[in-house]
Amino acid sequence: MNVHPVNTVDTLFVLLSAALVMLMTPGLALFYGGMVRKKNILSILMQCFAAMCILNVWWIIIGYSLCFFPSNGFWGGLGWLGLNGVGYAPMPDYSSTIPNRVFMIFQSMFAVITPALIIGAFAERMKFSAYLVFTLLWATFVYAPVCHWVWGSGGWLKQMGVLDFAGGIVVHTTAGVGALVATVIIGRRKNLFHSPAPHNLPIVVLGTGLLWFGWFGFNAGSALGVNEIAVNAFITTNTAAAAAGMTWSLLEWIRNGRPTVFGIVTGCVAGLATITPGAGYVSIGSSILIGALASIFCFIAVAIVKTKYKYDDSLDVFGVHGVGGMLGTICVGIFASKAVNPQGANGLLQGNPQFLLIQITGVLVAALYTIVVTFLIYKFINIFLGVRIGEQEESIGLDLAQHREHAYTILE
Amino acid sequence: MKLIVAIIQPYCLEQVKQALYAADVNLITVSEVLGHGRQKGVTEYYRGVKETGNLLRKIRLEIAVNENFVEPTINAIMKGAKTGKTGDGKIFIMDLQECVRIRTGDRGTNAIG
Repeated sequence: MNVHPVNTVDTLFVLLSAALVMLMTPGLALFYGGMVRKKNILSILMQCFAAMCILNVWWIIIGYSLCFFPSNGFWGGLGWLGLNGVGYAPMPDYSSTIPNRVFMIFQSMFAVITPALIIGAFAERMKFSAYLVFTLLWATFVYAPVCHWVWGSGGWLKQMGVLDFAGGIVVHTTAGVGALVATVIIGRRKNLFHSPAPHNLPIVVLGTGLLWFGWFGFNAGSALGVNEIAVNAFITTNTAAAAAGMTWSLLEWIRNGRPTVFGIVTGCVAGLATITPGAGYVSIGSSILIGALASIFCFIAVAIVKTKYKYDDSLDVFGVHGVGGMLGTICVGIFASKAVNPQGANGLLQGNPQFLLIQITGVLVAALYTIVVTFLIYKFINIFLGVRIGEQEESIGLDLAQHREHAYTILE
Repeated sequence: MKLIVAIIQPYCLEQVKQALYAADVNLITVSEVLGHGRQKGVTEYYRGVKETGNLLRKIRLEIAVNENFVEPTINAIMKGAKTGKTGDGKIFIMDLQECVRIRTGDRGTNAIG
């Protein structure tokens, strides 16, 4: 008996969106890979692909069940272990028009990219073995619970009314805050007397292009169907990215005298991260403002706060994704409107300050939980494996020291 | 005047640079080169990591100094580049006939500093 017939158009849309989101992790690999010194690019690419390989399997076996099995608990539960009971029939708690399995594979891509985002924080100095354990534990003990609280049926933050359209809390706040914790405990890179410039900026630009492209699947796909919300999310995503890139360039021009390529792409990613939680809840006009705010706040975090406190968040995971995700979630509390999405909420500007408080609470809970558990996971791994590589290996570079490969040759 | 040419391990560059700065040697030319020594580059280990391929990556430093800076420069390079393992590299010291600063036309020991 199938009460909810599958809508093939929605299903096709979400399957293709899943493929788009999948492409974001290789995109992220290039975005990060171009930023590190050339002796470490392969380690970044390897970590990103390892996340894809490990977490996609983890997701099938246990991840989806922990995140999305309906329950009021800390995790979803084990009811969908090994996808047992996850079939072609829709699961109306999530969508009544697409198969549960399609929702499952779409969400799998989110679970892959979130831990992969953190790679930028400990880039150029983490043991590969420790990274693998960290990723698995972090996905299980940070991503899965927070994902369940915010998105899972019965999740307590969801019931409280917290709205996160495509992952401002679940993806960007957890990854960004987790990254800050990891970067502070692992410490600065050795023998670094100036911040190294990206070794291959064109690769960073290509990665940004792939991220922007994939983000349509991430945000519009989160509408889980072909409808007004998906169209709104598609346009707000594109607009916020554009407004943010423009704003970052303008800030650089004013402050440093020249707009840079690295700046404009960083701005675009900040805009994309910041619009994520609100893409399906805010108007297109608001998305211009959100994009501009994204670059202003992230610019301050990257250019001023990081320099002042001297933590070595190598690739600015916290400054861009963490700040963007938290700011974006709060922006939902300000700009959300039921005129855009009747299933959403009215924010502060619609005369509902209560909802803003709920959003702030949601962000704070997720951030605090992430800080504590990321810290514990790090310390646990450090006892058994050691997280940081030796100083000489760090000088040699992770590509050669950890993977025995070179990305570039000189002559042949 | 001497021209000091040193071939060192790439991963020692940063330490060598810092040691040179500490010795007040601030003028340096760095290039990325390929080469091998007596071991023919076949079995070189970076802390247990075997480098394959015949030619190995090295860094070449070129530093022109006045006489009183020769020993400090050599010591600084030794300090930064010596690991005690095969492949640490070599330092070549040769007489430098003349030095001209292009901007001013200065010659000799003044032109080096």
